[in-house]
Amino acid sequence: MNADILIQYLPLYRDALYLTWKIGWLGIALAFLLGVWCAVMCHLHVPILARLSRIYIEVFRNTPLLVQLFFLYFALPKLGLRVSAQVCGVLGLGLLGGAYMAESLRSGLESVAPIQTESALSLGMTREAAFFHVILPQAVSVSVPGLVANVIFLLKETSVFSTISLMDLMFTAKDLIGMYAKTIECLFLLVVFYLIMLLPVSVLGSFIERKVRHAEFGD
Amino acid sequence: MMEQNEVLLEIRHLKKEYNSHTVFRDFSFQVHKGEVVVIIGPSGCGKSTLLRCINGLEPIQGGEILLDGKRVDPRDKSITQVRQKIGMVFQSYDLFPHKTVLENIALAPVIVQKRQKGEVQEEAVRLLERVGLADRKNDFPRQLSGGQKQRVAIVRALCMHPEILLLDEITAALDPEMVREVLDVVLKLAKTGCTMLIVTHEMAFARAIADRILFLDNGEPVEISSDPRQFFEQPQSRRAQLFLQTFTYG
Repeated sequence: MNADILIQYLPLYRDALYLTWKIGWLGIALAFLLGVWCAVMCHLHVPILARLSRIYIEVFRNTPLLVQLFFLYFALPKLGLRVSAQVCGVLGLGLLGGAYMAESLRSGLESVAPIQTESALSLGMTREAAFFHVILPQAVSVSVPGLVANVIFLLKETSVFSTISLMDLMFTAKDLIGMYAKTIECLFLLVVFYLIMLLPVSVLGSFIERKVRHAEFGD
Repeated sequence: MMEQNEVLLEIRHLKKEYNSHTVFRDFSFQVHKGEVVVIIGPSGCGKSTLLRCINGLEPIQGGEILLDGKRVDPRDKSITQVRQKIGMVFQSYDLFPHKTVLENIALAPVIVQKRQKGEVQEEAVRLLERVGLADRKNDFPRQLSGGQKQRVAIVRALCMHPEILLLDEITAALDPEMVREVLDVVLKLAKTGCTMLIVTHEMAFARAIADRILFLDNGEPVEISSDPRQFFEQPQSRRAQLFLQTFTYG
Protein backbone atom coordinates (compact mmCIF):
# COMPACT_ATOMS: atom_id res chain seq x y z
CA MET A 1 0.00 0.00 0.00
CA ASN A 2 1.36 3.37 -1.00
CA ALA A 3 0.99 6.20 1.52
CA ASP A 4 1.51 8.92 -1.09
CA ILE A 5 -1.47 7.67 -3.04
CA LEU A 6 -3.61 7.62 0.10
CA ILE A 7 -2.75 11.24 0.80
CA GLN A 8 -3.28 12.18 -2.80
CA TYR A 9 -6.79 10.64 -2.86
CA LEU A 10 -7.78 11.97 0.54
CA PRO A 11 -9.43 15.24 -0.68
CA LEU A 12 -11.55 13.31 -3.18
CA TYR A 13 -12.83 11.02 -0.46
CA ARG A 14 -13.40 13.97 1.82
CA ASP A 15 -15.64 15.63 -0.75
CA ALA A 16 -17.43 12.37 -1.36
CA LEU A 17 -17.95 11.92 2.39
CA TYR A 18 -19.44 15.39 2.61
CA LEU A 19 -21.89 14.67 -0.21
CA THR A 20 -22.83 11.25 1.17
CA TRP A 21 -23.28 12.71 4.62
CA LYS A 22 -25.43 15.58 3.35
CA ILE A 23 -27.75 13.45 1.22
CA GLY A 24 -27.84 10.76 3.85
CA TRP A 25 -29.06 13.05 6.62
CA LEU A 26 -31.47 14.96 4.44
CA GLY A 27 -32.94 11.62 3.40
CA ILE A 28 -33.11 10.45 7.02
CA ALA A 29 -34.84 13.67 8.08
CA LEU A 30 -37.42 13.14 5.36
CA ALA A 31 -37.73 9.48 6.37
CA PHE A 32 -38.39 10.45 9.98
CA LEU A 33 -41.09 12.95 9.08
CA LEU A 34 -42.77 10.49 6.73
CA GLY A 35 -42.45 7.73 9.30
CA VAL A 36 -44.04 9.73 12.13
CA TRP A 37 -46.82 10.88 9.84
CA CYS A 38 -47.66 7.41 8.57
CA ALA A 39 -47.42 5.81 12.00
CA VAL A 40 -49.75 8.45 13.47
CA MET A 41 -52.27 8.06 10.62
CA CYS A 42 -52.29 4.29 11.02
CA HIS A 43 -52.47 4.41 14.80
CA LEU A 44 -55.37 6.86 14.89
CA HIS A 45 -57.12 4.95 12.06
CA VAL A 46 -57.66 8.14 10.07
CA PRO A 47 -59.94 7.16 7.20
CA ILE A 48 -58.32 6.94 3.74
CA LEU A 49 -54.98 8.37 4.99
CA ALA A 50 -54.34 5.31 7.14
CA ARG A 51 -55.05 3.07 4.15
CA LEU A 52 -52.76 5.13 1.89
CA SER A 53 -49.99 5.03 4.51
CA ARG A 54 -50.30 1.26 4.71
CA ILE A 55 -49.98 0.91 0.93
CA TYR A 56 -46.99 3.24 0.84
CA ILE A 57 -45.26 1.32 3.65
CA GLU A 58 -45.73 -2.06 1.98
CA VAL A 59 -44.62 -0.83 -1.47
CA PHE A 60 -41.43 0.79 -0.26
CA ARG A 61 -40.49 -1.84 2.30
CA ASN A 62 -40.80 -4.57 -0.27
CA THR A 63 -38.85 -3.06 -3.16
CA PRO A 64 -35.05 -2.53 -3.18
CA LEU A 65 -33.64 0.99 -2.93
CA LEU A 66 -31.81 0.39 -6.20
CA VAL A 67 -35.10 -0.15 -8.02
CA GLN A 68 -36.67 2.88 -6.35
CA LEU A 69 -33.73 5.06 -7.37
CA PHE A 70 -33.81 3.80 -10.96
CA PHE A 71 -37.49 4.59 -11.06
CA LEU A 72 -36.96 8.13 -9.76
CA TYR A 73 -33.90 8.80 -11.91
CA PHE A 74 -34.72 7.10 -15.20
CA ALA A 75 -38.50 6.64 -15.31
CA LEU A 76 -39.70 9.99 -13.96
CA PRO A 77 -38.01 12.03 -16.74
CA LYS A 78 -39.91 9.90 -19.26
CA LEU A 79 -43.09 11.08 -17.53
CA GLY A 80 -41.91 14.65 -17.87
CA LEU A 81 -40.55 15.06 -14.33
CA ARG A 82 -36.85 15.86 -14.37
CA VAL A 83 -35.11 15.79 -11.00
CA SER A 84 -31.41 16.06 -10.22
CA ALA A 85 -29.44 13.06 -8.99
CA GLN A 86 -29.09 14.63 -5.55
CA VAL A 87 -32.81 15.21 -5.19
CA CYS A 88 -33.40 11.64 -6.38
CA GLY A 89 -31.01 10.43 -3.69
CA VAL A 90 -32.75 12.33 -0.92
CA LEU A 91 -36.18 11.31 -2.14
CA GLY A 92 -35.25 7.66 -2.62
CA LEU A 93 -33.63 7.37 0.79
CA GLY A 94 -36.47 9.32 2.43
CA LEU A 95 -39.19 7.19 0.89
CA LEU A 96 -37.49 3.90 1.70
CA GLY A 97 -36.57 5.08 5.20
CA GLY A 98 -40.04 6.46 5.86
CA ALA A 99 -41.52 3.00 5.48
CA TYR A 100 -39.00 1.52 7.93
CA MET A 101 -39.35 4.36 10.43
CA ALA A 102 -43.15 4.02 10.31
CA GLU A 103 -42.90 0.32 11.14
CA SER A 104 -40.53 0.93 14.07
CA LEU A 105 -42.79 3.63 15.46
CA ARG A 106 -45.89 1.51 14.95
CA SER A 107 -44.50 -1.24 17.14
CA GLY A 108 -43.68 1.40 19.75
CA LEU A 109 -47.20 2.80 19.63
CA GLU A 110 -48.68 -0.67 19.98
CA SER A 111 -46.60 -1.31 23.08
CA VAL A 112 -48.31 1.50 25.01
CA ALA A 113 -51.25 0.09 26.97
CA PRO A 114 -54.68 1.46 25.93
CA ILE A 115 -55.41 2.38 29.54
CA GLN A 116 -52.77 5.10 29.28
CA THR A 117 -55.05 6.80 26.77
CA GLU A 118 -58.07 6.30 29.03
CA SER A 119 -56.16 7.63 31.97
CA ALA A 120 -55.29 10.78 29.98
CA LEU A 121 -58.85 11.13 28.66
CA SER A 122 -60.28 10.83 32.15
CA LEU A 123 -58.21 13.89 33.09
CA GLY A 124 -60.11 15.86 30.47
CA MET A 125 -57.52 15.71 27.70
CA THR A 126 -58.66 15.60 24.11
CA ARG A 127 -57.67 12.54 22.04
CA GLU A 128 -55.00 14.63 20.33
CA ALA A 129 -53.51 15.92 23.59
CA ALA A 130 -53.51 12.40 25.03
CA PHE A 131 -51.72 11.16 21.93
CA PHE A 132 -49.03 13.83 21.75
CA HIS A 133 -48.37 14.26 25.49
CA VAL A 134 -48.82 10.71 26.75
CA ILE A 135 -48.71 8.07 24.02
CA LEU A 136 -46.20 9.36 21.48
CA PRO A 137 -43.35 10.12 23.94
CA GLN A 138 -43.62 6.61 25.37
CA ALA A 139 -43.80 5.07 21.92
CA VAL A 140 -40.74 6.96 20.72
CA SER A 141 -38.69 5.85 23.70
CA VAL A 142 -39.62 2.24 23.02
CA SER A 143 -38.86 2.70 19.32
CA VAL A 144 -35.44 4.28 19.77
CA PRO A 145 -33.35 1.11 19.24
CA GLY A 146 -35.27 0.42 16.03
CA LEU A 147 -34.98 4.02 14.85
CA VAL A 148 -31.24 4.10 15.48
CA ALA A 149 -30.80 0.83 13.59
CA ASN A 150 -32.76 2.38 10.70
CA VAL A 151 -30.51 5.45 10.65
CA ILE A 152 -27.38 3.30 10.40
CA PHE A 153 -28.99 1.09 7.78
CA LEU A 154 -30.01 4.12 5.69
CA LEU A 155 -26.57 5.70 5.87
CA LYS A 156 -25.09 2.45 4.54
CA GLU A 157 -27.72 2.25 1.83
CA THR A 158 -26.32 5.50 0.40
CA SER A 159 -23.70 3.32 -1.32
CA VAL A 160 -26.38 2.56 -3.92
CA PHE A 161 -26.31 6.21 -4.98
CA SER A 162 -23.26 5.54 -7.15
CA THR A 163 -25.59 3.85 -9.65
CA ILE A 164 -27.28 7.15 -10.47
CA SER A 165 -23.93 8.93 -10.86
CA LEU A 166 -23.92 10.66 -7.49
CA MET A 167 -20.30 11.27 -6.47
CA ASP A 168 -20.65 9.52 -3.15
CA LEU A 169 -17.97 7.42 -1.43
CA MET A 170 -18.76 4.27 -3.39
CA PHE A 171 -18.78 6.13 -6.71
CA THR A 172 -15.47 7.83 -5.96
CA ALA A 173 -13.80 4.55 -5.07
CA LYS A 174 -15.08 2.73 -8.16
CA ASP A 175 -14.14 5.68 -10.35
CA LEU A 176 -10.59 5.86 -9.04
CA ILE A 177 -10.10 2.11 -9.34
CA GLY A 178 -11.34 2.26 -12.90
CA MET A 179 -8.96 5.05 -13.82
CA TYR A 180 -5.77 4.25 -11.91
CA ALA A 181 -6.19 0.64 -10.74
CA LYS A 182 -4.91 1.39 -7.23
CA THR A 183 -7.40 -1.11 -5.90
CA ILE A 184 -6.00 -1.72 -2.42
CA GLU A 185 -5.57 1.95 -1.52
CA CYS A 186 -8.99 2.89 -2.87
CA LEU A 187 -10.81 0.14 -1.01
CA PHE A 188 -8.87 0.81 2.17
CA LEU A 189 -9.88 4.47 2.08
CA LEU A 190 -13.46 3.46 1.30
CA VAL A 191 -13.69 1.31 4.43
CA VAL A 192 -12.03 3.99 6.57
CA PHE A 193 -14.39 6.70 5.35
CA TYR A 194 -17.50 4.59 5.91
CA LEU A 195 -16.28 3.97 9.44
CA ILE A 196 -15.65 7.70 9.94
CA MET A 197 -19.21 8.32 8.86
CA LEU A 198 -20.91 5.54 10.84
CA LEU A 199 -18.95 4.89 14.03
CA PRO A 200 -19.93 8.20 15.69
CA VAL A 201 -23.55 7.51 14.80
CA SER A 202 -23.39 4.06 16.40
CA VAL A 203 -21.79 5.42 19.56
CA LEU A 204 -24.26 8.29 19.80
CA GLY A 205 -27.08 5.82 19.11
CA SER A 206 -26.17 3.56 22.03
CA PHE A 207 -25.84 6.62 24.24
CA ILE A 208 -29.35 7.79 23.35
CA GLU A 209 -30.70 4.27 23.85
CA ARG A 210 -29.28 4.22 27.37
CA LYS A 211 -30.70 7.68 28.09
CA VAL A 212 -34.26 6.96 27.01
CA ARG A 213 -34.34 3.67 28.87
CA HIS A 214 -34.85 5.81 31.97
CA ALA A 215 -38.07 7.09 30.53
CA GLU A 216 -39.39 3.62 29.95
CA PHE A 217 -41.99 1.72 31.91
CA GLY A 218 -41.07 -0.14 35.02
CA ASP A 219 -43.79 -1.12 37.36
CA MET B 1 -77.03 11.51 56.24
CA MET B 2 -76.85 14.06 53.45
CA GLU B 3 -80.05 13.35 51.57
CA GLN B 4 -80.98 17.00 51.78
CA ASN B 5 -78.16 18.00 49.44
CA GLU B 6 -78.78 18.56 45.76
CA VAL B 7 -78.30 15.82 43.21
CA LEU B 8 -74.85 15.92 41.59
CA LEU B 9 -74.90 12.82 39.46
CA GLU B 10 -78.00 11.39 37.93
CA ILE B 11 -78.22 8.17 35.95
CA ARG B 12 -81.51 7.69 34.13
CA HIS B 13 -82.56 4.42 32.50
CA LEU B 14 -79.00 3.49 31.59
CA LYS B 15 -78.72 0.74 29.02
CA LYS B 16 -75.32 -0.72 28.31
CA GLU B 17 -74.46 -3.76 26.27
CA TYR B 18 -71.34 -5.30 24.77
CA ASN B 19 -72.29 -6.94 21.50
CA SER B 20 -74.90 -9.41 22.65
CA HIS B 21 -74.15 -9.25 26.36
CA THR B 22 -76.31 -6.83 28.33
CA VAL B 23 -74.70 -5.29 31.41
CA PHE B 24 -77.41 -2.77 32.32
CA ARG B 25 -80.96 -3.08 31.06
CA ASP B 26 -82.59 -0.10 32.72
CA PHE B 27 -80.52 1.30 35.54
CA SER B 28 -81.26 4.51 37.42
CA PHE B 29 -79.40 6.01 40.36
CA GLN B 30 -78.61 9.36 41.96
CA VAL B 31 -75.61 10.61 43.88
CA HIS B 32 -75.95 13.73 46.03
CA LYS B 33 -73.33 16.36 46.62
CA GLY B 34 -70.92 15.40 49.39
CA GLU B 35 -72.11 11.83 49.47
CA VAL B 36 -69.88 8.75 49.55
CA VAL B 37 -71.48 5.82 47.76
CA VAL B 38 -69.79 2.45 47.82
CA ILE B 39 -70.69 -0.03 45.10
CA ILE B 40 -70.19 -3.68 45.90
CA GLY B 41 -71.20 -6.86 44.21
CA PRO B 42 -69.84 -10.02 42.63
CA SER B 43 -67.32 -9.69 39.82
CA GLY B 44 -68.89 -9.15 36.44
CA CYS B 45 -71.93 -7.43 37.92
CA GLY B 46 -71.16 -4.16 36.16
CA LYS B 47 -69.43 -2.12 38.89
CA SER B 48 -66.45 -1.04 36.82
CA THR B 49 -68.56 -0.68 33.69
CA LEU B 50 -70.78 1.74 35.57
CA LEU B 51 -67.84 3.96 36.53
CA ARG B 52 -66.52 3.84 32.97
CA CYS B 53 -69.91 4.87 31.61
CA ILE B 54 -70.11 7.78 34.05
CA ASN B 55 -66.74 8.99 32.80
CA GLY B 56 -67.74 8.58 29.17
CA LEU B 57 -65.12 5.93 28.51
CA GLU B 58 -67.84 3.58 27.30
CA PRO B 59 -70.54 4.39 24.77
CA ILE B 60 -74.01 3.69 26.17
CA GLN B 61 -76.93 2.25 24.26
CA GLY B 62 -79.74 4.02 26.03
CA GLY B 63 -80.73 6.37 28.81
CA GLU B 64 -78.60 9.26 29.98
CA ILE B 65 -76.05 10.25 32.54
CA LEU B 66 -76.12 13.79 33.90
CA LEU B 67 -73.46 15.49 35.97
CA ASP B 68 -74.65 18.78 37.41
CA GLY B 69 -77.36 18.72 34.76
CA LYS B 70 -74.88 18.30 31.89
CA ARG B 71 -74.99 15.22 29.71
CA VAL B 72 -72.07 12.82 29.63
CA ASP B 73 -71.80 11.86 25.97
CA PRO B 74 -68.55 10.31 24.71
CA ARG B 75 -69.36 11.29 21.14
CA ASP B 76 -69.86 14.96 21.92
CA LYS B 77 -67.12 17.60 22.08
CA SER B 78 -68.36 18.63 25.54
CA ILE B 79 -67.07 15.35 26.98
CA THR B 80 -63.66 16.86 27.80
CA GLN B 81 -65.42 19.60 29.80
CA VAL B 82 -67.48 17.07 31.73
CA ARG B 83 -64.50 14.80 32.37
CA GLN B 84 -62.61 17.64 34.02
CA LYS B 85 -65.26 17.57 36.72
CA ILE B 86 -64.95 13.82 37.18
CA GLY B 87 -61.79 12.49 38.76
CA MET B 88 -61.09 8.84 38.12
CA VAL B 89 -58.56 6.53 39.71
CA PHE B 90 -58.00 3.11 38.19
CA GLN B 91 -57.01 -0.20 39.73
CA SER B 92 -53.63 -0.20 37.97
CA TYR B 93 -52.76 3.47 38.88
CA ASP B 94 -51.77 4.25 35.28
CA LEU B 95 -49.42 7.07 36.00
CA PHE B 96 -47.53 8.31 32.95
CA PRO B 97 -44.23 6.41 33.16
CA HIS B 98 -42.22 8.98 31.22
CA LYS B 99 -43.08 11.82 33.58
CA THR B 100 -42.08 12.54 37.16
CA VAL B 101 -44.62 12.56 39.98
CA LEU B 102 -44.94 16.34 39.78
CA GLU B 103 -45.26 16.31 35.97
CA ASN B 104 -47.88 13.57 36.19
CA ILE B 105 -49.98 15.74 38.47
CA ALA B 106 -49.43 19.08 36.72
CA LEU B 107 -49.81 17.93 33.09
CA ALA B 108 -53.59 18.03 32.78
CA PRO B 109 -54.21 21.20 34.86
CA VAL B 110 -51.67 23.02 32.67
CA ILE B 111 -52.61 21.77 29.20
CA VAL B 112 -56.33 21.20 29.76
CA GLN B 113 -57.29 23.95 32.21
CA LYS B 114 -54.56 26.37 31.02
CA ARG B 115 -53.51 27.14 34.56
CA GLN B 116 -50.12 28.61 35.44
CA LYS B 117 -47.46 25.94 35.81
CA GLY B 118 -45.99 27.48 38.99
CA GLU B 119 -49.33 27.74 40.71
CA VAL B 120 -50.29 24.16 39.77
CA GLN B 121 -46.98 22.80 41.01
CA GLU B 122 -47.40 24.58 44.34
CA GLU B 123 -50.82 23.05 44.74
CA ALA B 124 -49.46 19.65 43.68
CA VAL B 125 -46.80 19.81 46.38
CA ARG B 126 -49.41 20.79 48.99
CA LEU B 127 -51.56 17.83 47.97
CA LEU B 128 -48.55 15.52 47.98
CA GLU B 129 -47.80 16.65 51.53
CA ARG B 130 -51.29 15.64 52.54
CA VAL B 131 -50.67 12.09 51.30
CA GLY B 132 -47.14 12.05 52.72
CA LEU B 133 -45.27 12.02 49.42
CA ALA B 134 -43.89 15.55 49.03
CA ASP B 135 -40.33 14.24 49.12
CA ARG B 136 -41.00 11.97 46.12
CA LYS B 137 -42.14 14.72 43.77
CA ASN B 138 -39.20 14.39 41.41
CA ASP B 139 -39.20 10.60 41.26
CA PHE B 140 -40.44 8.61 38.31
CA PRO B 141 -43.40 6.26 38.85
CA ARG B 142 -41.19 3.18 38.53
CA GLN B 143 -39.29 4.32 41.65
CA LEU B 144 -42.45 4.17 43.77
CA SER B 145 -44.25 1.31 45.47
CA GLY B 146 -47.76 0.38 44.40
CA GLY B 147 -49.32 2.17 47.35
CA GLN B 148 -47.32 5.32 46.65
CA LYS B 149 -48.26 5.23 42.96
CA GLN B 150 -51.90 4.94 43.87
CA ARG B 151 -51.66 7.91 46.24
CA VAL B 152 -50.05 9.93 43.44
CA ALA B 153 -52.88 8.87 41.12
CA ILE B 154 -55.39 10.18 43.67
CA VAL B 155 -53.54 13.48 43.91
CA ARG B 156 -53.40 13.68 40.11
CA ALA B 157 -57.18 13.39 39.99
CA LEU B 158 -57.68 15.87 42.86
CA CYS B 159 -55.48 18.53 41.30
CA MET B 160 -58.11 18.98 38.57
CA HIS B 161 -60.59 20.04 41.31
CA PRO B 162 -63.21 17.47 40.31
CA GLU B 163 -66.73 17.60 41.65
CA ILE B 164 -66.88 13.86 42.02
CA LEU B 165 -64.24 11.18 42.40
CA LEU B 166 -64.65 7.69 40.91
CA LEU B 167 -62.43 5.08 42.52
CA ASP B 168 -62.31 1.78 40.66
CA GLU B 169 -60.97 -0.99 42.92
CA ILE B 170 -58.01 1.17 43.77
CA THR B 171 -56.52 -1.29 46.25
CA ALA B 172 -57.14 -4.50 44.30
CA ALA B 173 -53.65 -4.57 42.77
CA LEU B 174 -51.81 -3.69 45.98
CA ASP B 175 -49.93 -5.82 48.45
CA PRO B 176 -51.95 -6.12 51.67
CA GLU B 177 -49.62 -3.94 53.73
CA MET B 178 -50.06 -1.06 51.29
CA VAL B 179 -53.84 -1.13 51.23
CA ARG B 180 -54.11 0.77 54.48
CA GLU B 181 -52.03 3.79 53.43
CA VAL B 182 -54.22 4.29 50.36
CA LEU B 183 -57.51 3.79 52.16
CA ASP B 184 -56.47 6.24 54.89
CA VAL B 185 -56.07 8.89 52.21
CA VAL B 186 -59.56 8.15 50.90
CA LEU B 187 -61.03 8.27 54.40
CA LYS B 188 -59.45 11.68 54.96
CA LEU B 189 -60.93 12.87 51.66
CA ALA B 190 -64.37 11.69 52.67
CA LYS B 191 -64.14 13.83 55.82
CA THR B 192 -63.51 16.92 53.70
CA GLY B 193 -66.89 16.42 52.02
CA CYS B 194 -65.58 15.10 48.72
CA THR B 195 -68.28 13.37 46.68
CA MET B 196 -67.16 9.85 45.85
CA LEU B 197 -68.34 6.77 44.06
CA ILE B 198 -66.22 3.86 45.16
CA VAL B 199 -65.98 0.33 43.83
CA THR B 200 -64.19 -1.91 46.31
CA HIS B 201 -63.84 -5.40 47.72
CA GLU B 202 -62.58 -4.11 51.08
CA MET B 203 -65.72 -4.68 53.12
CA ALA B 204 -64.44 -3.18 56.37
CA PHE B 205 -63.44 -0.06 54.46
CA ALA B 206 -66.78 0.11 52.68
CA ARG B 207 -68.56 -0.06 56.00
CA ALA B 208 -66.39 2.67 57.53
CA ILE B 209 -66.61 5.15 54.69
CA ALA B 210 -69.99 4.70 53.01
CA ASP B 211 -72.96 7.01 53.41
CA ARG B 212 -74.82 4.64 51.15
CA ILE B 213 -74.17 1.16 49.85
CA LEU B 214 -75.24 0.12 46.37
CA PHE B 215 -75.27 -3.64 45.99
CA LEU B 216 -75.21 -4.57 42.32
CA ASP B 217 -75.85 -7.96 40.81
CA ASN B 218 -76.30 -8.63 37.11
CA GLY B 219 -76.60 -4.93 36.43
CA GLU B 220 -79.49 -4.53 38.86
CA PRO B 221 -79.46 -2.45 42.05
CA VAL B 222 -80.47 -5.37 44.25
CA GLU B 223 -80.10 -3.49 47.49
CA ILE B 224 -79.51 0.17 48.29
CA SER B 225 -78.87 0.95 51.91
CA SER B 226 -78.25 4.25 53.64
CA ASP B 227 -77.28 2.39 56.79
CA PRO B 228 -74.03 0.56 56.00
CA ARG B 229 -73.84 -1.04 59.43
CA GLN B 230 -77.22 -2.57 59.03
CA PHE B 231 -76.44 -3.67 55.48
CA PHE B 232 -73.36 -5.58 56.54
CA GLU B 233 -74.96 -7.11 59.63
CA GLN B 234 -78.41 -7.85 58.26
CA PRO B 235 -78.59 -7.55 54.51
CA GLN B 236 -82.20 -7.59 53.35
CA SER B 237 -81.83 -9.39 50.03
CA ARG B 238 -80.95 -13.04 49.64
CA ARG B 239 -78.28 -12.25 47.04
CA ALA B 240 -76.52 -9.75 49.29
CA GLN B 241 -76.59 -12.29 52.11
CA LEU B 242 -74.95 -14.92 49.92
CA PHE B 243 -72.39 -12.44 48.64
CA LEU B 244 -71.40 -11.23 52.10
CA GLN B 245 -71.10 -14.80 53.37
CA THR B 246 -68.22 -15.38 50.97
CA PHE B 247 -66.17 -12.87 52.96
CA THR B 248 -66.46 -14.71 56.26
CA TYR B 249 -64.54 -17.82 57.24
CA GLY B 250 -65.14 -20.61 59.70
